[in-house]
Amino acid sequence: MTAPDNSSSQEPKDGEELRIGVFVCRCGTNIAGFLDTETVREYAQTLPGVVFAKENLFTCSEAGVSEIKRGIEENRLNRVVVAACTPRTHEPLFRATCEEAGLNPFLFEFVNIREQCSWVHKSARDSATNKAKDLVRMGVARAALLEAQTEIRSPVVASALIIGGGIAGLSAALSLAKRGFEVKLVEKKEEMGGMLRFLGRIYPADVDAREIVSARIEEAANHPNIEIFTSTQVSDLRGYIGNYTATLRGPEDRSEGITVGVIIVATGIRALVPEGLYGYDGRRVVTQIQFEQELRKGGDLPHQVVFIQCVGSRNRERVYCSRICCMTAVRQALMLKEKTPSAGVHILYRDLQCYGVEFEELLRKAKKVGVRFVAFREENPPVVDDGSVTVISDVLGSELTVPADRVVLSTALLPDESGAATSKLLKVPVDADGFFLEAHVKLRPLDFATEGIFVCGACRWPCTVSESIAQALGAAGRASVYLAAGEVAVEPIVAVLFDEDKCRGCGLCASLCPYSAIEMVETDSGTKARMISVACKGCGVCASTCYRRVIRMEHYSDEQMQAQISACLKGS
Amino acid sequence: MARKKSPAGGKKKKEEFVPRIVVFACNWCSYAGADSAGVNRIQYSPHFRVIRTMCSGRVHPGFVLRAFEMGADGVLVSGCHIGDCHYIFGNERAVENYEKMKALVRTLGLEEGRIGLEWVSAAEGPRWGQVIDEFVERVRRLGPSPVGR
Repeated sequence: MTAPDNSSSQEPKDGEELRIGVFVCRCGTNIAGFLDTETVREYAQTLPGVVFAKENLFTCSEAGVSEIKRGIEENRLNRVVVAACTPRTHEPLFRATCEEAGLNPFLFEFVNIREQCSWVHKSARDSATNKAKDLVRMGVARAALLEAQTEIRSPVVASALIIGGGIAGLSAALSLAKRGFEVKLVEKKEEMGGMLRFLGRIYPADVDAREIVSARIEEAANHPNIEIFTSTQVSDLRGYIGNYTATLRGPEDRSEGITVGVIIVATGIRALVPEGLYGYDGRRVVTQIQFEQELRKGGDLPHQVVFIQCVGSRNRERVYCSRICCMTAVRQALMLKEKTPSAGVHILYRDLQCYGVEFEELLRKAKKVGVRFVAFREENPPVVDDGSVTVISDVLGSELTVPADRVVLSTALLPDESGAATSKLLKVPVDADGFFLEAHVKLRPLDFATEGIFVCGACRWPCTVSESIAQALGAAGRASVYLAAGEVAVEPIVAVLFDEDKCRGCGLCASLCPYSAIEMVETDSGTKARMISVACKGCGVCASTCYRRVIRMEHYSDEQMQAQISACLKGS
Repeated sequence: MARKKSPAGGKKKKEEFVPRIVVFACNWCSYAGADSAGVNRIQYSPHFRVIRTMCSGRVHPGFVLRAFEMGADGVLVSGCHIGDCHYIFGNERAVENYEKMKALVRTLGLEEGRIGLEWVSAAEGPRWGQVIDEFVERVRRLGPSPVGR
């Protein structure tokens, strides 16, 4: 880890004159069409510290970028302000431009006069122009106080902790091990394999679930890079990306400490036990998993089978769809029909979830071989009697009684019980139903917001075996980015305790930090906060709660914020 | 933010009060929501100025005090919806700080309506425009702040 470096010759030393350059973008007519960019430029020129102000047709074009570089070189600019679109899309470009011209990229300030000005005040040209002037004034005031920053780097231990020894955890472990990284694979149960231990044949590939998982368990057990811990749970976790220390509590309460660089969460799911629902007794009225065992064993199979879907799910208590139970019901129906073609099978459903080409094909096949599908409404659930099930068909609008030697309940799938503890320990979020929440549902589906921790498999959402494996490989791929690099770089927007003497060691900052990036340490002068820069994400919660006001947010310091507020209200 | 006068020769006889409003918007949700309003060309009041923060939980009550001392007529803090915070639960700190801000506003002898806390997600461009319009209108009705003049 390196401290912020202020040695670059381009930065102003104490007492050195501020030389701010302001570039006002016309963005064709996107900005210039709705506010007066020339007036904004003229105004910028009058602001304190500004030595150069220029209008660009398109600041982000090659010509615009060259104008910034030339502006920096010819005018010896030590701060750059661009008034254009949004930092959320173009900040990286202009930071890089500054860097190429020899200016530290954190001496750049973005002013948004398009998305948040010209585009939203199209019929108020004067107001929009005034607003743009105010925003530029605020940007210049902030720019004057900006400081050079350098990336923070920290080493990454080339080892991964994987929590959960089901198909997802095993697949991720093997993938990482084969790339040459060490893996510690932790399973809380005595036996590895997770949910697949209870399944029979998996469709659409029609392979034996236990064979798949056994092969992987064996491969993992024999792999020199994988260490398996069964009947073990993670009882404590400290550290940050690249350097986590976990305490594993194994059989007979034996504890062991391990150090890893990254963590993958693959804690899986369990099926709801439908106590009190539809006369569940585990014999005549069973769950899908119980019926799976019956199908597996073969022998005398029931002749009349009724599946009831959405048992304990898509209701007020659990609003979500468990997503794979429709396909499981269709698969089990087909397996039964294959063994006993004359068997009568009814699937009572509310909506059918059979997605993907293969499963749609499976559904067509089931209809073709005579599996009957009956839709019912949530408010009219089927009634299970001795030997039959009565349902009000939503299509026919009338009551229908079908024979039933066996009733199979397609129950809700729930996250594993360990999820809550894992969430708390790793400080990663779960949703209202207890499933893990990724950093971004579209853009970062396998990352947690906390860097260095990843998620895969059904603990994220009920999913099929192939989806589990795909996600596991993805998570392993994401994790290996950090493991292979051997070090991690963090944007230097981090919290700094700038006056340790004033810190009273109250610990409020440490307890509020969402990332455990602050630890309380004993020093000769008492308890003090210590910032772990590499784990800090720069939210600034600590700075806004420190009653001693001795925590500075780099690049968003109190002084920089106050300067913006003052400039906003001081007026021209 | 200079006090604006209605254009010379305008129809309005009396100069209309244009409030001076500071809005703190978190980078990940509300600032992105404001960008989204732009992309969707939502048209709304221009009488506010945004200051970008990484998290709504970063907004120290002292910032709000400074704004009112400097003559702001209203201050709005906007972040991610509860449960959606980019920093897991930073916005819950914003809620706690908001209580302090309200106490501060009362101490200054101002109306509580001059301070606001709103959640706007990155996808809620239209909502951003609506939130701003409503807040500007609320502060406009309260009239100029007597503090900091």
